Amino acid sequence: MIGYLVQRLAHLVWVLLAVSVLVFLLIHLSGDPVRLLTPLDARPEDVERVRRLYGLDQPLPVQYLRFLRDAARGDMGESFRFSRPALELVLDRLPNTALLAATTIALTVGVGIPVGLWVGARAGSLADWAVSLVTFVGISLPSFWLGVLLILLFADRLRWLPASGFESPAYLVLPSLTLAVYTTGLITRLVRADVLEVLRQDFIRTARAKGLGERVVLSRHALRNALISTVTVLGLQLGNLLGGSVVVETVFAWPGVGWLMLQGIQTRDLPVVRAVVLIVGALFVLVNLAVDLLYLSLDPRIRYDHGR
Amino acid sequence: MVVSATPRPRPRRRRPPQFYAGAAILGAVVAVAVFAPWLSPHGYADQDLLRSLQPPAWVRGGEWRHPLGTDRLGRDLLARLMFGARVSIAVAALSVLIGGGLGTGLGLAAGYFGRWVDRLTSRLIDIQLSFPPVFIAIAIMAALGQSLPKLVLVLAFVSWVQYARIARANTLAVREREFVLAARALGAAERRILLRHVLPSILPPLLVVGAVNISSVILAEAALSFLGLGVQPPTPAWGSMVSEGRTVQSLAWWTTVFPGMAIATLVVGANLLGDGLQRERE
Repeated sequence: MIGYLVQRLAHLVWVLLAVSVLVFLLIHLSGDPVRLLTPLDARPEDVERVRRLYGLDQPLPVQYLRFLRDAARGDMGESFRFSRPALELVLDRLPNTALLAATTIALTVGVGIPVGLWVGARAGSLADWAVSLVTFVGISLPSFWLGVLLILLFADRLRWLPASGFESPAYLVLPSLTLAVYTTGLITRLVRADVLEVLRQDFIRTARAKGLGERVVLSRHALRNALISTVTVLGLQLGNLLGGSVVVETVFAWPGVGWLMLQGIQTRDLPVVRAVVLIVGALFVLVNLAVDLLYLSLDPRIRYDHGR
Repeated sequence: MVVSATPRPRPRRRRPPQFYAGAAILGAVVAVAVFAPWLSPHGYADQDLLRSLQPPAWVRGGEWRHPLGTDRLGRDLLARLMFGARVSIAVAALSVLIGGGLGTGLGLAAGYFGRWVDRLTSRLIDIQLSFPPVFIAIAIMAALGQSLPKLVLVLAFVSWVQYARIARANTLAVREREFVLAARALGAAERRILLRHVLPSILPPLLVVGAVNISSVILAEAALSFLGLGVQPPTPAWGSMVSEGRTVQSLAWWTTVFPGMAIATLVVGANLLGDGLQRERE
């Protein structure tokens, strides 16, 4: 267990280093960064002064080490647009993204697991067939389009729900619904497949043979076994929700880190973009670590100290 | 002497219906894309400002000259969808081929040669799996600037890892099988063993990965284009058509609804194909 934790933490360091290299390179991939800091008609000697001022005249490895040092101190530069520390802007918006992600996961778990269990127990029925069809379409819809359709219907036509911004809980409905359609489809299909698989096992026959009711067999035995792969996928999806909701946040003008990043891209506000990528990358890794540790409590068969 | 990787002909099995349905949908969209210049009623950039935002033909105010209506500039929506199919399919096909080739090659090498090749590749796989793919694609496209070749490379870059993972695991399983040992005993060159014996036997699971990958690449390209980071105007792409339509969505629902339906259709086709291949393997 300790050995496994050390190994995972070492991996964490590797990944964070990879994220930092990527983030560092972002600003150089986009051309000469000094050009972003100076007006187009700046005199060459002024351009050079700015270059020296920001240390951009140094060799790349030196710049990278400086960048690492600053980032470790929590200094990720100042937003060009807001004249505020980039890290502060990201941390301001992070709770909104987390709220959206949490609501989406709650919807996904609340709908996906019961429905998956239910159709898994009656595979081949009409209900099973209908759910399969709906979830199949659900995982095939582009999220931004679904968002636009929901706005068109519930905000523009019916005027039931607000379409953009975040001023009251009602604003949470459409964006979380948009995100949840995909994840719920995914989880429902997964739970169904797992239940089908589990119900074929010998211990289920034993459980039935000793006279347990179908409900107990499902909830005690089938569900617990189906949960393992569900937690894996949910963990990956949570990571994607933390970062990948750039699209949905943009559609709904949701004030989270995804929309912040897109605005940063559009206004060439690179410190902000870098800060978002760094924070989201780190969170994604931490979420996956948490998921791996969660297995331990779910499945006593999994031991991470293999080889001993 | 020729040692074949598949010693006896496999019995012919009927594939599951999902496979045929998916193949039919993808085939139809590819056909539309290929023959767009002949099928399309108009050019994709032809403007007809007098008929801007005309509704679909079956809605009041529409006419059959523009079956699915027109956009803000009076451009025929059906024509733009047909030409947009070319971009979506070309970008998806190229990214899947490049990402798939790269990932398969790396996974094959890692699984077969082991040692430092495997350690390095496995480390790369672990790192890449720790990134949310669409998020990284957005960040890189934003930094690189937008062009079609860059879009293809970035999508390939976020795809290779799935192939590498599966190729490596399956190569490890096949490496010590009799037919590989036999080929090696007969003195076949490493390259020949890899390409003629190992690769064919690890290909089926990779095809499943490929089909699933097609749908995620299509969705990623559409999302990038929607955000203005993918295919750039005036080239029509389904994702950017949805975002152009958004500016007039309360006046003209058809400008956002139809391009999205086109994306969904293509993704449903790819997912069905993947589902079919998966079931066949089970």
